[in-house]
Amino acid sequence: MSETTNGESVGWQPSAPVNYSTRVDKVGTSARTARGIRIVLAFVLAGVMLIPVFWLGLTSFKSRADAIAVPPKVVNFTPTLEGFVNLLSDRSVLNARRLELMKERTDLTWYEEIALKNGQQITGISQYVGRLRNSVIIAGTSTILAVILGLLAAYSFSRFKVPGESDWLFFILSTRMLPPVVVTIPIFLMYRQLGLHDTHLGLILLYTVFNLSLTVWLLKGFLDEIPREYEEAAMVDGYTRLQAFRKVVLPQAVTGIAATTVFSLIFAWNEYAFALMLTTERARTAPPTIPTILGRGGVEWSAIAAGSLGFLIPVVIVTFVLRRHLLRGVTFGAIRQ
Amino acid sequence: MATIELRQVAKKFGDVYAVKPLDLTIADGEFVVLLGPSGCGKTTTLRMISGLEATTSGRILIDGKDVTWKHPSERDIAFVFQLFALYPHMSVRQNIEFTLEAQNVSPAERTQRVGDVAKLLEIEHLLAQRPGGLSGGDRQRVTLARALVRRPAAFLMDEPLGALDADFRHTMRAEIKRLHLAQHATTVYVTHDQIEAMAMSDRIVVMSAAEVQQVGTPHEVYHDPANLFVARFIGSPGMNLAPGKMADGHLLLAGGHRYLIPAQWRGTLSQVAGGEVILGFRPEAATVSDGGSLAAEVYANDLHGAYAVLHLSLDGENPETVVHVRADRFAHYPIGQSVRFDLNPDMVRFFDPNSGRALRTQ
Repeated sequence: MSETTNGESVGWQPSAPVNYSTRVDKVGTSARTARGIRIVLAFVLAGVMLIPVFWLGLTSFKSRADAIAVPPKVVNFTPTLEGFVNLLSDRSVLNARRLELMKERTDLTWYEEIALKNGQQITGISQYVGRLRNSVIIAGTSTILAVILGLLAAYSFSRFKVPGESDWLFFILSTRMLPPVVVTIPIFLMYRQLGLHDTHLGLILLYTVFNLSLTVWLLKGFLDEIPREYEEAAMVDGYTRLQAFRKVVLPQAVTGIAATTVFSLIFAWNEYAFALMLTTERARTAPPTIPTILGRGGVEWSAIAAGSLGFLIPVVIVTFVLRRHLLRGVTFGAIRQ
Repeated sequence: MATIELRQVAKKFGDVYAVKPLDLTIADGEFVVLLGPSGCGKTTTLRMISGLEATTSGRILIDGKDVTWKHPSERDIAFVFQLFALYPHMSVRQNIEFTLEAQNVSPAERTQRVGDVAKLLEIEHLLAQRPGGLSGGDRQRVTLARALVRRPAAFLMDEPLGALDADFRHTMRAEIKRLHLAQHATTVYVTHDQIEAMAMSDRIVVMSAAEVQQVGTPHEVYHDPANLFVARFIGSPGMNLAPGKMADGHLLLAGGHRYLIPAQWRGTLSQVAGGEVILGFRPEAATVSDGGSLAAEVYANDLHGAYAVLHLSLDGENPETVVHVRADRFAHYPIGQSVRFDLNPDMVRFFDPNSGRALRTQ
């Protein structure tokens, strides 16, 4: 009895030291295979998503015959820039005599050679370039306007007591509650009266207004996340509210601004219905233009593919430039949560 | 450094007073603590001094100049936030320099001054880092450095230690106090922690329900509370409050105990209409002794380490009649036992139960 109370075997014992990792995500080979499967799956999914883009790229380098071949040709075709030449140029068909004359000339450029192969002569630059430029001007300007105005409005909603705040926010959002196409005809009539029909300004105004609801709501969410102590600290430190906004709030809102910019750019860039209705020549953008690239005696699929590819590039560039900000967290935890 | 003067300063949110008209004069170099439970208006008062909150009425003077309608940036004050509010997109050095930039201090002097405060607060090795990676204590030091570097007219601190771990708070408390003494800086400090207030302040402003309850030195607030709220709020546990009725020089307490009113109080108490008063005494004013004039039953017994606190029920059963008495930590007092004690006549206080105010000897 005295032995047991001596504490030989009872009482506190230090537990054995743990020499192996107890992290659950690092245990055994099954975890490693699971990781492998996840990576393969991610690649497969990305592949599926990218197939249309890949096909677009492929088609843009095919000749007219290859583009409509059945079964479709994936690798066994001769790449040609025919689609791009057809996209970017206006051409006329040559009659037999002039064709002979052209073939004898030796001062032709490579693109004139390509046109000649189809019995055509290049007469000028196509509308596509100008319309892509219109798209850049209209989508770019309206996005910048929508983000700047949205930022100011969102900051006010986030920081100041606005009478009827929730009503205003609902009202702003309500502009998105019906499909835009519904109002195209009234807007068409108004724009004709106001002389905004077929102008850059007309589309810029329209896209800005449509994007504002998105930018105000998105940016308000991002700005609400930034504690107001930062601005207060900056104001006590000797800055005005506007300076505090610029030096302290803006740098922290970069993520939100980048995401908002990409979203509104994509909307303005892709808009089709209004652009079709409200423009004819001067201000027409790329989306209503691309489907009209129809050649003679059949659809010019490779030109359309090339046009679509060119249309993707500006958005891809902007998203690529902003991707670092899109991925970064909103705050870095300098404030205790 | 500067004086701060509040003249009838009030703040209303809608129809509700967040701060009722308040007068306060803070001397040059003084350390004043605004103390009170949450929602008492202490932070709003501080924010009004800083200019981050507009006043509804009244005037604020810093160093004799009326700043009531001045922007925070024009008041020459430094504000230390509870949440630190270090700019996450700037390095520690840039954080500290930010305020000097606003004042157009030359780059050479900036470097010099940042170096000085960094040395003072021992954060030189952190200057190149971003605040996101710092520990709570280091962030607190950077926040203080940011306030110190500009040499403002006054420091305003809003629970600067509230976000720190308990054991680290002790260290920072001493550090802030030492900085205050070294800089001789006028400081207004907001806290709900009465221990912090007692330890650091020259004067305490006790607030409750949007009103100032008492302004006084820690000693005054502790030993001579102006009313029942202060008596209860200050001290841990707060002051014992036992209602009683006067009868021929004695106070009749719950449980039928008779307390002989000390000589210096008799004159004052004889003038109280109705004869009902509340007896107040701190736990350390009582001495447990077998020959004590008051008796009560042990209700509970807390050991506080250096001493024990006895919870004594005057009428033997009702928890509302419990008073706290400091006792020897080695003595054993089983629950239910009767204990006798005496009160130090210099340490008892009396309150008017109707107004809640403290009575004063004549």
